[in-house]
Amino acid sequence: MQLITITDFSGVTSARKSNGFKQELTFATAALLGLSVAAPSVAEEPGPWKIETAGLVYSESDSRVSAFEPVVSAKKEFGEDRVFNAKLVLDSLTGATPTGALSSDNVQTFTRPSGQGSYTIQPDELPIDDTFKDTRVAFSAGWLQPLTSTLKGGVGVNVSAEHDFRSLGLNGNLSKDFNQRNTTLNLGLGFESDTINPEGGVPVAFAEMQPANSTPTRQAEDDDKTVVDTLIGITQVVNKRTLMQFNYSVSQADGYLTDPYKILSVIDDATGLLVSSTGVNRYTNLYENRPDKRTKQSVYWRTKYRFDRDMFDVSYRYLWDDWDIRSHTIDTRYQWRFAPNQYLEPHFRYYQQSEAEFYRPALLNSDVTNNTLPEFASADLRLADFSAITFGAKYAHRMASGSEWHLRLEWYQQSGESSPDGLVGAAKDQDVFPTLSSVIFQAGYAFEW
Amino acid sequence: MVKKYAAFLFALATCFSLVACATHVEPWEKGLLAKPDMALDANHIDEALDDHIYFSKEASSGGRSFGGGGCGCN
Repeated sequence: MQLITITDFSGVTSARKSNGFKQELTFATAALLGLSVAAPSVAEEPGPWKIETAGLVYSESDSRVSAFEPVVSAKKEFGEDRVFNAKLVLDSLTGATPTGALSSDNVQTFTRPSGQGSYTIQPDELPIDDTFKDTRVAFSAGWLQPLTSTLKGGVGVNVSAEHDFRSLGLNGNLSKDFNQRNTTLNLGLGFESDTINPEGGVPVAFAEMQPANSTPTRQAEDDDKTVVDTLIGITQVVNKRTLMQFNYSVSQADGYLTDPYKILSVIDDATGLLVSSTGVNRYTNLYENRPDKRTKQSVYWRTKYRFDRDMFDVSYRYLWDDWDIRSHTIDTRYQWRFAPNQYLEPHFRYYQQSEAEFYRPALLNSDVTNNTLPEFASADLRLADFSAITFGAKYAHRMASGSEWHLRLEWYQQSGESSPDGLVGAAKDQDVFPTLSSVIFQAGYAFEW
Repeated sequence: MVKKYAAFLFALATCFSLVACATHVEPWEKGLLAKPDMALDANHIDEALDDHIYFSKEASSGGRSFGGGGCGCN
């Protein structure tokens, strides 16, 4: 028994087992000619299950978010390049996440999202909600098969659920080979329907956070959104060692795009001090409000270069949207095969984004009292101006059995403006964007079954 | 209008120039390109896990491909 692996250039690897020299010769010839030829005697014989498992631990500094994410993926070829794949991911999250409120010189008391109970933040500490705890289950499956000798089609489904969020997605894609398989045109379409059922209900836009155990100002129990993704791309064999990919994609989201747990502090126009509210150590905090539509567009370029043993992979993405966010992402990996069955892969990623047009570190009290609040406002740090770097490395070892295990360790760090525009007086002295550092550790094992 | 589609037109132009500049590679010259590590989805597990982290920490997502399921984290 010998395994011959044929990789086409739309990224799909197929494997077949052959029993004799004649079959080997048939496959070798097909591979050399770049043709999708199925050998009659083995076309009905499915390949083995290719199982990949991994567990990822993500841990932020200052006891913020921690996540554990096990994943198992299975892929099987059913002959004639027909491939089934499925993936199951669990995502267990605990810790604390920034609420959007400003830190201050005073102790601050906030109500929990459920409206039941409260928590206290010490002076000069970034307000974070420590009740963040969730488990997410996500499942996806897909089927890919040739439609003609140069056209492939695929369909997929994905579902995910967590205690306050459910998502259902469907997608389809076509890839057409040209130019003796040196050029592949890819077209993809995805549809996603999400329902959010926040703890304590969906807050009314700019409603004030009420004291604990009083009736919160809510507009509904739940809300939803839809996302339509379109992607058109080209994959090109540039030379014997270089593969290049270029994508243009559009993602249109429609519906409830606000984060129901995020709030904004209200500060005095002159002093910049937090505006007091009813209760001990309580200040005025309003729930955020975002537009109900967002269109993101991106261009993505990727090049993979194969040395005799090593491999270099670099990509760049420019993304822009109608919320005025612009971002640049550069991602590079170098696979150093220092031994025939082992490699070390250093990884570096740089990310930079500009803020959303409605990002506000805080709201001014005059806008609240005069009823001149902006139509949309959010103090979510993920919508702020910041940059991030990731660096680390992966080590992988292929064993004699053909199985492979790997370890990956990376650091991720976000840095933003500590005192962005929109703050006055005392609020300018607070660090709005403390540097976020996190560690990513992953272990994985892949085998055939 | 021109500005709105400038990036797209630039992308399209780059695509055409990319195809035009590529040398023709015969099927029997694709030995290195056929290595498993040259597949575009060779690292799909790592990429999916990373995408989930970045999706929940940054305002950008997608571009490379799509699918994988939504998340309430944004």
